[in-house]
Amino acid sequence: MTQNSQSTDPTRLSAAGQAKALADGDVTSEQLTRAHLDRIGAVDGDLNAFLHVSEDEALSTARDVDQRRAAGEQLHALAGVPIAVKDVVVTKGMPTTAGSKILEGWVPPYDATLVEKLRAARLPILGKTNMDEFAMGSSTENSAFGPTRNPWDRDRIPGGSGGGSAAAVGAYEAPLAIGTDTGGSIRQPASVTGTVGVKPTYGSVSRYGLIAMASSLDQAGPCTRTVEDSALLHELIAGHDARDSTSLPEHVPGFAEAARRQDVKGLRVGVIEQLEGEGFAPEVRARFEESLAQLESAGAEIVRVSCPNFEYALGAYYLIMPSEASSNLAKFDGMRYGMRVVPEDHPTAESVMKASRGAGFGDEVKRRILLGTYALSAGYYDAYYGSAQKVRTLVQRDFSAAFEKVDVLASPTAPTVAFRLGEKTDDPLAMYMNDIATIPANLAGVPGLSLPSGLAEDGLPAGIQFLAPARADERLYRAGGALEALLEDSWGGPLLDRAPALAGEVK
Amino acid sequence: MDLMPAIGREDVARLADLARIQLSDDEIARYAGEFDAIMDAVASVSEVATEDVPATSHPIPMTNVFRTDVVTATLTQEEALSGAPEAEDGRFEVPQILGEE
Amino acid sequence: MTTIETDLVDYEDATDRYDPVLGIEVHVELGTATKMFDGAPNIFAADPNTAITPVSLGLPGTLPVVNEKAVEYAIRIGLALNCEIAESCRFARKQYFYPDLTKNFQTSQYDEPIAHDGWVDVELEDGEIVRVEIERAHMEEDAGKSTHVGGSGRIQGATHSLVDYNRAGVPLVEIVTRPIPGVGKRAPEVAAAYVRTLRDIFRSLDVSEARMERGNVRADVNVSLRESAEAPLGTRTETKNVNSFRSIDRTVRYEISRQAGILDAGQHVVQETRHFHEEDGHTSAGRVKSDAEDYRYFPEPDLVPVAPSREWVEQLRATLPELPAARRRRLREEWGFSDLEMRDVVNAGALDVIEATVESGTSAQSARKWWMGELARTASEQGVELDELAATPAQIAELQGLIDEKKINDKIARQVLGKVLEGSGDPSAIVESEGLAVVSDDSVLTGAVDQAIADNPDVVAKIQGGKVQAIGALIGPIMKATRGQADAGRVREIIMEKLGVQG
Ligand SMILES: [Mg+2]
Ligand SMILES: [Zn+2]
Repeated sequence: MTQNSQSTDPTRLSAAGQAKALADGDVTSEQLTRAHLDRIGAVDGDLNAFLHVSEDEALSTARDVDQRRAAGEQLHALAGVPIAVKDVVVTKGMPTTAGSKILEGWVPPYDATLVEKLRAARLPILGKTNMDEFAMGSSTENSAFGPTRNPWDRDRIPGGSGGGSAAAVGAYEAPLAIGTDTGGSIRQPASVTGTVGVKPTYGSVSRYGLIAMASSLDQAGPCTRTVEDSALLHELIAGHDARDSTSLPEHVPGFAEAARRQDVKGLRVGVIEQLEGEGFAPEVRARFEESLAQLESAGAEIVRVSCPNFEYALGAYYLIMPSEASSNLAKFDGMRYGMRVVPEDHPTAESVMKASRGAGFGDEVKRRILLGTYALSAGYYDAYYGSAQKVRTLVQRDFSAAFEKVDVLASPTAPTVAFRLGEKTDDPLAMYMNDIATIPANLAGVPGLSLPSGLAEDGLPAGIQFLAPARADERLYRAGGALEALLEDSWGGPLLDRAPALAGEVK
Repeated sequence: MDLMPAIGREDVARLADLARIQLSDDEIARYAGEFDAIMDAVASVSEVATEDVPATSHPIPMTNVFRTDVVTATLTQEEALSGAPEAEDGRFEVPQILGEE
Repeated sequence: MTTIETDLVDYEDATDRYDPVLGIEVHVELGTATKMFDGAPNIFAADPNTAITPVSLGLPGTLPVVNEKAVEYAIRIGLALNCEIAESCRFARKQYFYPDLTKNFQTSQYDEPIAHDGWVDVELEDGEIVRVEIERAHMEEDAGKSTHVGGSGRIQGATHSLVDYNRAGVPLVEIVTRPIPGVGKRAPEVAAAYVRTLRDIFRSLDVSEARMERGNVRADVNVSLRESAEAPLGTRTETKNVNSFRSIDRTVRYEISRQAGILDAGQHVVQETRHFHEEDGHTSAGRVKSDAEDYRYFPEPDLVPVAPSREWVEQLRATLPELPAARRRRLREEWGFSDLEMRDVVNAGALDVIEATVESGTSAQSARKWWMGELARTASEQGVELDELAATPAQIAELQGLIDEKKINDKIARQVLGKVLEGSGDPSAIVESEGLAVVSDDSVLTGAVDQAIADNPDVVAKIQGGKVQAIGALIGPIMKATRGQADAGRVREIIMEKLGVQG
């Protein structure tokens, strides 16, 4: 479906395609892994999607998979297919920084639950991807280790906070990547890089081992080039985890099957009035409308719905997120791990904590910690944090009402295509507006998927987002898989095929 | 809803103290300049957050998620101290907790 | 900010003129197998930083999960303290920076404690009962332990500190009283007796070893003074982590004298936390933290609410063990002790050993006689508790059994007890091996009686003349002749028979 048949380069295959090639014996995991490592070597100096490349470990996993496969062992469908992991996810024995200087050099003594699952399924881990520091940002410019560049245009942002994972997937450095989405950090980068990203229902994927930004909003999910690949990866990393109290108890239904169904007859798609207006760039809106038209032509029913409280979602988000973040980031104090800065005269635990945090955190992290500290401080709690939690209830009610009428909701994923590096770094409020369409899902815990809707302003990709009720992630894959096929038919191939060649790339 | 008081430099300095973050004067000035606008932009939440609306702290409501009282694997002392900036006698070394007067 | 030190006022004088009000916060470490929020073992004195998981160490990415057993224990404590158990409650983060906190917040409960609005009756040494109202009991986690290096091991003047996080995350229940008024001069005694009452309750509930010396139970003691019982509450001080009953008593006593001095000087008591100094019994001001007041509590987003079902609560209520006060009442009745006898037994810490001795078949009065007499003396000579003596309740029961069976008499029994306390074994075996059994063999005794009658004709005449009490003058020589091992009762019977008199 999305394979580039002209190319024999295995990195161009989807993850499902790579898995099939492995199963068919067309390629070994070692060859596949090596091909991705070579690709990283060729293009990542410029893109900076990776903060750490774990070549030895990836290759040793790959060789192990090849041996097991040769011995006839029953393996996971994705065994041997390489993956990149966002650096906010804790990996035992592999540096984990969350994009922050304060954690530079930290090598965790344990694995996140989702990493345990990747290792158990034997996916070679290529390395750790770049991100906004502690996932705070929408452009990956807040990384302490330099921005990631958009594979479509090296002067543009790849979205954030998971710009590294999206760019890695978009630039064929990895077929699969793990992202995390607190307010849109999987979906918005997918939108601006022409890739697919899914924020699962809150609790679908364990948060154990994700360096927390906002505990009640964070959720890990897949970053891929196809809807089917997202479904496959989502199935692999989802499931109940006794180490995460907010983990859903239910087992994972067949997402991949839904992604392959390609049938939207009778599917009721709701268009959210509040998320299609002036805030969205004209061509982004045009691609969105065309996507809806495709769905309608395939038998879906398009319904307009109103979610009046979404207007307050951004405000609620920018209260809840910094509040929780200010607390979650208190542990970075230079006492047990990470950077310690010792001031010259009479250093005390308190002054060392202050100096370490002052030097170790970047601007946006400090900004959010201060805002969160303010929102939680005596006398302001009720007006700020308390009110925001109430808005959360209202946003959930809007969703419930909407899902009475429709099966899925749809909106453009982000208001614009990728903006230029540096364009919004001095205007935090303008930066925050990027998350306008993605935030409601996090507040309500409902799942969302972004896939390419076409090329918009400046010939850059735009995305469409589907939202489903909590625990109904399967609907995202059904709608997303169907629309992907319809659009690719209309374009004559995947959107990513139109991306320009990268510096260092041998065509 | 009453308007919140403006956030000045002293307020930012106090917040930075509370959050244990050393800030330069420039940083204090910059944040003080931004925070009013940011807080104004988010303060709209109080318009709709009326008495009768209950708060939601968890997106998916659940209760009574417990762990059985069974010992699990522990870290070795070496693993525990592996990231420590300073360690001594199997313990984390931290600067003096009370400053000299 | 420094407090001006004023003169201490004599305690009697201070309590004549001021009305003290107490408030006590007790932290008890629960005796669960694992910590409050992770599966690290809850153990004492392991090597530093070994009883921890990534969660106990608060490593980035880790998450808490509530220990069900700890919740059960908290509910049991709440029920034992006559509290309401919340239908639903939450954990919250109490935020402050301190090196022994791995996350720089303590996961605790704030506005929704698991138990609230209870009371407990505290019995003082003279039997007076003081009812203490409980405001709340909530669950939380303990912090790690700092060892201060340099500055002779104290936090003041230390060059640096070393932190062991083995204790970090150990489950705690914190029990907070409402202000305790009306205790007057007995305030120190009430404070200590309250904490002792809780300690005994924790032990009988089997929720904690509750060993004060290990810090399993720690008390924060709040004291304030006011002009009279009608006056509004005065400003209180909170003396932290007072860890023995005697220290609690001394803390209250000292604070009353100190605060009276301040008030007498026309100054204001500063609301502050203070530390108790074991060596001389004084308290000193803790560090004044500017941001201590603003803990920025908010609901712990990594945990979901705890909503104990009413069925669970009722099941726990139904299986509560008998609590110390009820047990004391029941045993007093069963044993037929007077109030005074019972109080003495309780104050001597003899309840358990007497109960065990009675369970082994001894009458309550005999058991009391041993434990409150000979054994109590020995224990105080040795400076140990009764249950630390070498003699066990079973051995005391055995000893009394030998007396009851007339195998030995009281005198021999004391000899045998001496050997038991030396660790020489069980009473029967000692009697056997040392040949200490009383002689009650009639053939032996009859010979001795005949000899005594023959040797003492004037005494015989007196007895036969009606002065039966003179019989003792015959028994004495017989006991001497048998080295004290004769069964005195049987001897008396044989004499009466021989002389044809009735007793
Ligand atoms: Mg206290
Ligand atoms: Zn406490």
